[in-house]
Amino acid sequence: MKVEILGVGCAKCHKLFDLVNDIVKKNGIDAEVHKVEDIKVFSQYNVFMTPALVVNGEVKVAGKVPKESEILKWLSS
Amino acid sequence: MNKEKDLVDKKSHTVQQLEMEVQPEETANSLPILDDSLLEKVRYLFSGTVLLAAWWLVYENLLGFSRFVTYHMLPLHEGTHLGATTEFFIYEVPKVLLLLTLIVFFVGIIRSFFTPERTRRILAGSRESIGHVLAGLLGVVTPFCSCSAVPLFMGFLTAGVPLGVTFSFLVTAPMVNEVALVLLFGLFGWKVATLYMVTGLFVALTTGVIIGRLRMERHLEDWVLELTADKPATAQLEIEEERVSWEERVRFGIDAVKDIVLKVWPYVTIGIAVGAGIHGYVPENFLAGVMGKDAWWAVPVAVLIGVPMYSNAAGIIPVVQALLSKGAAFGTVLAFMMAVIAISTPEAIILRKVLKLRLIAVFIGVVTVGIIAVGYLFNIVL
Repeated sequence: MKVEILGVGCAKCHKLFDLVNDIVKKNGIDAEVHKVEDIKVFSQYNVFMTPALVVNGEVKVAGKVPKESEILKWLSS
Repeated sequence: MNKEKDLVDKKSHTVQQLEMEVQPEETANSLPILDDSLLEKVRYLFSGTVLLAAWWLVYENLLGFSRFVTYHMLPLHEGTHLGATTEFFIYEVPKVLLLLTLIVFFVGIIRSFFTPERTRRILAGSRESIGHVLAGLLGVVTPFCSCSAVPLFMGFLTAGVPLGVTFSFLVTAPMVNEVALVLLFGLFGWKVATLYMVTGLFVALTTGVIIGRLRMERHLEDWVLELTADKPATAQLEIEEERVSWEERVRFGIDAVKDIVLKVWPYVTIGIAVGAGIHGYVPENFLAGVMGKDAWWAVPVAVLIGVPMYSNAAGIIPVVQALLSKGAAFGTVLAFMMAVIAISTPEAIILRKVLKLRLIAVFIGVVTVGIIAVGYLFNIVL
């Protein structure tokens, strides 16, 4: 599974990145977690609110840090 | 972190109470039957009214409370420096935090109506002249921080929002917002808050109109230009909007309170502590010579110092407090505050990824000149 966190260095972006990494580790999910800071990629995903969470090329949430349970749901399906 | 939370919990009872009222109901409401949802609404309305009444009661009695604590519970006497300082602090901190909680909550609810998607649809669909005014007003109520400036900027442009209108939004959003307005209202009164809002909007709209008139689209980075050219505006605008219930809007407001008040309260406390210290100890007009009305160069110097600095509205309040109380002229301080909040070095660096140098220079130049003008205006008028 490919997980991307989109954000240009805002506090919430770091928070989401750490949170996702935690969840992946805690639940033993097989996923590569990347941070994406290239704004060109943002536009390709049509994301204009950061942070955004992209799972396997699909934008799950943009503009906020979602709840842990929500992230877990997206990562385990 | 925990210690911080404890402190906040004590300070803003309203936040906690609101949470307790709402949390258990959230899950129960997953299957809305008519009667249930009506009942739910009545309960919300009822608990809302009770909370509001409680808020008002606390707010109204703060002065008495601070005097009681200062002169009866603490061994301080009226008329002393330490007494005046303590009374000021104990009165102002809860006052400003209470105001902030209330306003941030309601603005949070208003914001749930203006998601960025909807904002850009409104802006893309309106004429340019009206667009500027709308962009400014939407900038006040749209959730936004300067770190997400660039993605949002791109989103607006690709949706077909004109460049000038996008800039009107970009300048207003961080500079004129509810946190800045509440702090100014709480500490300096409604006149100052209103003046700040009106002139802030004026600077932002002027910047937007000028950049729009200069037709600077070709000074966007090339890849941005390509992107805006080959994506037709309509293709972007079909993002589905889910229906948001009132419960969710209330939750949105509570989240905003948690988010913003938790982030802002240390600055407010420090700011008021500084203000309280000055209130009790430092002689007035200490700074009048350097930053007073007579020093004509004070405004541009303050603005030029403020432009590269990075802070939000809350972080700058302690400085504003300190400068004002020491006799600095109001226009000078206001201009400094606007300069710090409106643009910053980190924002300019991120913007550089999508704008060519020339456009950034024009942007910063126009905003700077506008803010300097506001500073002089207030020094003359007030």
